[in-house]
Amino acid sequence: MNSAVDPTFNISSSVSAKPDALQAPTKIKVEKLDFYYGQNHALKNINFEIPEKRVTAMIGPSGCGKSTLLRVFNRMYDLYPGQRAEGGVMFDGVNIVGKELDPTVVRTRIGMVFQKPTPFPMSIYDNIAFGVRLHENLNKAKMDERVESCLRKAAIWEETKDRLHTSALGMSGGQQQRLCIARTIAVQPEVILLDEPTSALDPISTSKIEDLIDELKQDFTIVIVTHNMQQAARCADITAFFYLGELVEVAPSDVIFTNPKQIKTRDYITGRFG
Amino acid sequence: MSDHTVSAFDAELKEIGRKVVEMGGQSERMVADAVNALIRRDTAAAQRVILLDASVDLLQREIEEKAIICIAKRQPVASDLRDVVASIRIASDLERIGDLAKNVGKRVLAIEGEYHPQKLVRGVEHMSDLVLEQLKEVLDAYASRDQAKAVDVWVRDSGIDTMYTSLFRELLTYMMEDPRNISVCTHLLFCAKNIERIGDHATNIAETIYYMVSGQMLSEERPKADVSSETTVAFPGHSLQG
Repeated sequence: MNSAVDPTFNISSSVSAKPDALQAPTKIKVEKLDFYYGQNHALKNINFEIPEKRVTAMIGPSGCGKSTLLRVFNRMYDLYPGQRAEGGVMFDGVNIVGKELDPTVVRTRIGMVFQKPTPFPMSIYDNIAFGVRLHENLNKAKMDERVESCLRKAAIWEETKDRLHTSALGMSGGQQQRLCIARTIAVQPEVILLDEPTSALDPISTSKIEDLIDELKQDFTIVIVTHNMQQAARCADITAFFYLGELVEVAPSDVIFTNPKQIKTRDYITGRFG
Repeated sequence: MSDHTVSAFDAELKEIGRKVVEMGGQSERMVADAVNALIRRDTAAAQRVILLDASVDLLQREIEEKAIICIAKRQPVASDLRDVVASIRIASDLERIGDLAKNVGKRVLAIEGEYHPQKLVRGVEHMSDLVLEQLKEVLDAYASRDQAKAVDVWVRDSGIDTMYTSLFRELLTYMMEDPRNISVCTHLLFCAKNIERIGDHATNIAETIYYMVSGQMLSEERPKADVSSETTVAFPGHSLQG
């Protein structure tokens, strides 16, 4: 596609300044990571860095390994026999996939929100307080404060403040999903993993979640897996494209969605396969 | 490039590209006809050029409309997005080229019946040949998505600028030689300027093609050689500021 051009021409790159997305320190560093579901080699030698307090999106067709990688980040795979990870996922200098690390500790520092909202069958208040009680011993006033601040951060306080003690199952899907985000941030993690957080939501709720993601990156490092490429383009500072268990390309979203370097990335994001 | 999963998307992009090529052909013909009308003092041909402008304008509106609908429906990204944006930009350059050719046609009507020695138009004719060549090359580069060819066009524009500057000097000299030339030469100067501007639009199109194919911008510092704004021709005892 790129035929040779006389290099003496002064051709400026489409990215004028160094993108902001690349100036943040690395929060999670994936090094030579392989992952297996039994015999199935699901992730092949993945190397990439997730910048702190930025939104990193992972895209790719079904089965490309993006959700698998997200699950590695908080040791979800530990729950299933036959699944194993090899290599390194360095998180503040500690290897997350190392056997010696307690996965529950990992999960308080790296929270996760799933595709379908998963509120506990209890009150809105208790949904938030439940996880906090496991790790911290707060008095009533402190707990009230924590619940309110989390609901505010998740942009759902106004809708819930008069019904904190009613069941969370009575909320709409979009509200439930924001409640799950509030529940995730209640244990004060550093990283939030979002696995298709809006695929079960209507467009308005989706916009609210996307707006929320933009707010949350002030305080948290966010990794989002999405099938919605426009969502990655809108929300993410960095986008990584996976295909058949390999990381094909990772770059600032502005570059990925205007001028991807790899033919496979281009074909996928322009809707030529997948 | 392989096809989209949604084949209607391919059809839409192809249709937009086809319209741009069609519009390019029409504007190219307008320029050639306008210049011929000027050289042959053919007012009937000049009238036809003026009338043809409306259909070029119509094509531009169609291309814009199709491109906007495509963006709204398909949210194109990467090379698709660049294709669509390029079609909008090229269509607007071609529309300006059509306008400029029309202006030349109008001046052919204005100088009808004036004292008009043939030697006066030689320079304009020569410059027009270069511009038409540029226009043809850049439209070929679009059709074949050839970025190297686009860069060739882009650098060659300075030749037209040089020629315009010397033409400017030449026409001033004719005016000083014989005041009867002033009316025609003034119109010819405007024609020359219009034709030179057509060359500039051809280089704009070249830049757009380069972006469309490579995803990168050509730098702004294109070699420029139009120094007519600083050109003077000595008049016995005076100097004339151009």
